[in-house]
This record gives sequence, structure tokens and C-alpha cells, in this order.
Amino acid sequence: MGISISNISKSYKKVKAVQNISFDVNPGELFGLIGPDGAGKTTIFRILTTLLIPDDGTAKVAGFDVVTDYKAIRKSVGYMPGRFSLYQDLTVEENLTFFATIFGTTIEENYDLIEDIYVQIEPFKDRRAGKLSGGMKQKLALCCALIHKPKVLFLDEPTTGVDPVSRKEFWEMLKRLQKKGITILVSTPYMDEAALCDRIALIQDGEILEIDTPEVIVNKFPKTIYNVGAHNRYKLIKTLQSYEHLYSVFPFGEFVHYTDKRDSFETVDLKSYLEKAGLTDIIIEVTQPNIEDAFMELAKK
Amino acid sequence: MKVENVIEVIELTKTFGDFTAVNAISFEVKKGEIFGFLGANGAGKTTAMKMLIGISKPSSGTAKVAGFDVFSQTESIKKNIGYMSQKFALYDDLTVKENITFFGGIYGLTRKKIKEKREQLVSELGLENISNKLVGSLPLGWKQKLSFSVSLLHEPKIVFLDEPTGGVDPITRRQFWEMIYKAADQGTTIFVTTHYMDEAEYCDRVSIMVEGKIEALDTPKKLKEQFKVDSMNQVFLKLARNIE
Repeated sequence: MGISISNISKSYKKVKAVQNISFDVNPGELFGLIGPDGAGKTTIFRILTTLLIPDDGTAKVAGFDVVTDYKAIRKSVGYMPGRFSLYQDLTVEENLTFFATIFGTTIEENYDLIEDIYVQIEPFKDRRAGKLSGGMKQKLALCCALIHKPKVLFLDEPTTGVDPVSRKEFWEMLKRLQKKGITILVSTPYMDEAALCDRIALIQDGEILEIDTPEVIVNKFPKTIYNVGAHNRYKLIKTLQSYEHLYSVFPFGEFVHYTDKRDSFETVDLKSYLEKAGLTDIIIEVTQPNIEDAFMELAKK
Repeated sequence: MKVENVIEVIELTKTFGDFTAVNAISFEVKKGEIFGFLGANGAGKTTAMKMLIGISKPSSGTAKVAGFDVFSQTESIKKNIGYMSQKFALYDDLTVKENITFFGGIYGLTRKKIKEKREQLVSELGLENISNKLVGSLPLGWKQKLSFSVSLLHEPKIVFLDEPTGGVDPITRRQFWEMIYKAADQGTTIFVTTHYMDEAEYCDRVSIMVEGKIEALDTPKKLKEQFKVDSMNQVFLKLARNIE
């Protein structure tokens, strides 16, 4: 009773938003759609939540078809859109009561599901939603999406623009919800959050680049990556970019990630090349690829 | 050799009623430095930045930006800085060239200078084929790169970047940082906020605000040593968590 998508396409006038996308989300899985703005993530969410009809292909959510059984889907899913979409003029409590009533339930009936999130905003329950901070709005929106105890939860970029501390807390909440048996589809532009999902789909320009567990995607990375450091990063990047054996160079944390065209090479050669260019304090060491390396390699093709 | 300070902030404070949004922060930023200005949502970053760019009057303290006072010389500050935010992305229904011409005019550049800058910028960004296209039709990454270049049109001493790379794909994000390095290399001071902690590592020095105060300020390397962790992400989590 998870999600099943086969060969979905959707265009807006001339723009192909998603092209022939297929993937399955298993029941109880925490699945991530990872990609930048404009990749087609929101279109997929809107199709799966029955707000948009696909041009081609079929999709099922919690066992129901997104076109023919749309009413059943709306009762069984929770959706937190990317843009804050609660009633700004209603208080925290009024918003929650409103969503509970719409779905024919009460706050009390499913309180156990939202309790550990709601207690954090309860001190502000009489405040209008429009006057809440970003982090609190996000928690309220999550409560409203959960109040009817959905089987599947859709979260479209819940952590965009959110600081690292609040992001970490949000992911801890998702993990707890997953343990309660809810299937979760979440999108994010932050590649580091990919590692927190069971499986991920990397998506760009409406097409899926890869679907697998984060570990497998990282392990498939075809090249050896070197951390390279020097006293002047800009000069280091420029110098590496004109190195004849360069495959790729990208800034990564305190180093740059360098890959070489050759299958094997001596790092001393690279070091002497950099020294000749006037760079000092040179460090070259092998490092492990991460999701972002994998994404950039796949996106290049 | 003494390096010139382009931002000097002493005990800068901003209160709204009985709420202190920015609480006596002090720091300086040197010419050509890439200065990362970090903090959790609601820590006071935006309020502090608004005072520095001359659009919000401080409650107390002093600050000089590009040599001008934030109380009395805000118009001079605005002429000497560039500003780019995540949301503001030029005029969607003007072309690339028209946007450059328009902002060049706003900054008071001569026609000759605008023409020169326009050609230089279009070729540097590789936009020759699309320079007559509406900006609204460009991918987000290109918009952000163009927006950054436009903020540098009048050759400001300092450029303020407010979450410039939010939502941008990883390759473009790195190309954007190369542009930042280049500008800094040419002597422009960069004042940047970001929620990507790997980007914090790209800065020469980083300050972290917690509840209105600057709780840490140093090079990424020294901050990691100070907090005995391996990444800026852990520094950030440690600082913000310890306060609670």
C-alpha cells in the first residue's frame, strides 16, 4: 500500500516538467526525491496527491488510482506543500481543528500521532498562524497533514531555507513517524538529507538519474576522489582546471574534490604540477565520494 | 602591512519593543575577505544585515560600512555596496541585456561604461546566445549567477549575499562559488549568509549568531579545532544546541 508510478509524463505548454518517470515506494518506506529547483519534484507531488492529472502513465497511492479513485486518495494521504498553505488568520489550534473537522475526525482521536510535534507549538496555540516563526509554521503544517492519520505522507521540500539545527530536528520527527507505519515521500534540495532516506531518486530536468539506497548510489561512483587543498583556493581551482589530466574539480568543504582522467596516477606528479604553479601548503589525499559527488557525475551525462 | 577594514561593527544593537533582535555584536571584515554570516532562523542575521546595508536604523552601537556611518551616511553606503538575495532575481520580463542596462543606469554608470560592462558580463557568463531572452525564461542557476554579476556592476567595495544558493543544483552552486572567489581575488569583500554548512567551509572567516549575539567568530579551521569536531555542520549544531 505504498506508491507505484509507471511512465508518468506531464508538460505545461512547451515545458516538459516530468518525462516518463517510474518508481515504487514500498509500504513503510522513507523515500527521498532529491534534486534542485525545477527538477519536477512538485509536479510529481501534485500528480500523486490528485491535484494534477498526468498527460501519460498511471500512478497508484495506497492502492488507489490517482485519476479514477482520487476521492479515496484524498482521504488516505497527508500533503505538506512547499509553500506554507495554512490559514494565516486562524490560530494554531483553529487550524488544527479545521483540518481535523474537514477529515471527519478530532484532534483527540489521533493525538498520539502528533503529540511529540504538537507539544512544541502548544504554548502558542492561541497565536495566529501568520505570526509564527518559520520553524513553528513548519511543525504546525506537519500536524495538520497528520491529523487524519494518513497512510501515506507527502512532504514537498519541508526543510528548504531552514537552518541545520531545525532541519536535524525535522528529520528526527520523520524517523519517528516512519516507525508508526506511515509511508513517507519527501523531497529536498539538500543532498546531505539524502543519506537519511531508505531509498532515493535523484532527479533533474524532469528525468530520474538514479534510484537506489544512498549507500549503493555512492558506491557506484566510478572514480577515485582526492581531497586537494592549498593556501589559495581560487588559484588552486584555476590551476587544476587547466591540468591536462583533469576529469573534474569541485569545491567541497575545506578542500576541493579532484578526479583524474587516468585510471591510476601518481599524486606526486599532481603535487609537482601545483607547486610549479606557485601553490603552497599542498595536501592531496584519497577521500570517499558522497551523494553530491554522485549527483554531479550523473547530471553531467 | 595593515589590511584595510571595510566593515567595522562595535556593539551594534537593534531592539523591537522589549525584544532584542541583535544584541551588541562587534566584528570587522577586511578588504577582499569572504565573510560567512551564519545563524539559525530567527537568530538575528537578517536584522543585522539590514542595518549594515543602511535600510534599518540601529538602536545603539556604531558601524562603518565601506567607510560610511550606518546612522548618518546610509545613502553613501548604498552606492558603495552590492546586494543580492535569494528572492530578488532581476526583472523577469526584461531580457538579460535590458536588466544589465537598467541596473547600470540605476547605479549611475555612464552609457559607455554600461555598454562595456554588458559585453564583458555576457561573455564571462557565456550568455551570448541568450542575451536577448527574457530573464524569466532562464533556469534558476543562471538567474542567480546573472543576479550576482549585476550586483557587482558598479564595482562595489562589498557585496552582501543573502542565501544566494538556496535550491540551486550542486554544480551551479559550485560555479557560483567560483565567481565569489574570483570577485574576492580582485579585492571585493564578500559578506554571505547560507544554510549550506559546506559553504561555510569556503569562507575565510565565519561568525555564528545565536539569539542575537555572535557566539563564535574565526576561520573554519580554528572553529573546528575550538569545538573539537570535523565539520562546520557539527560546530553549528554544537553551538545552537548548547544554548538550549
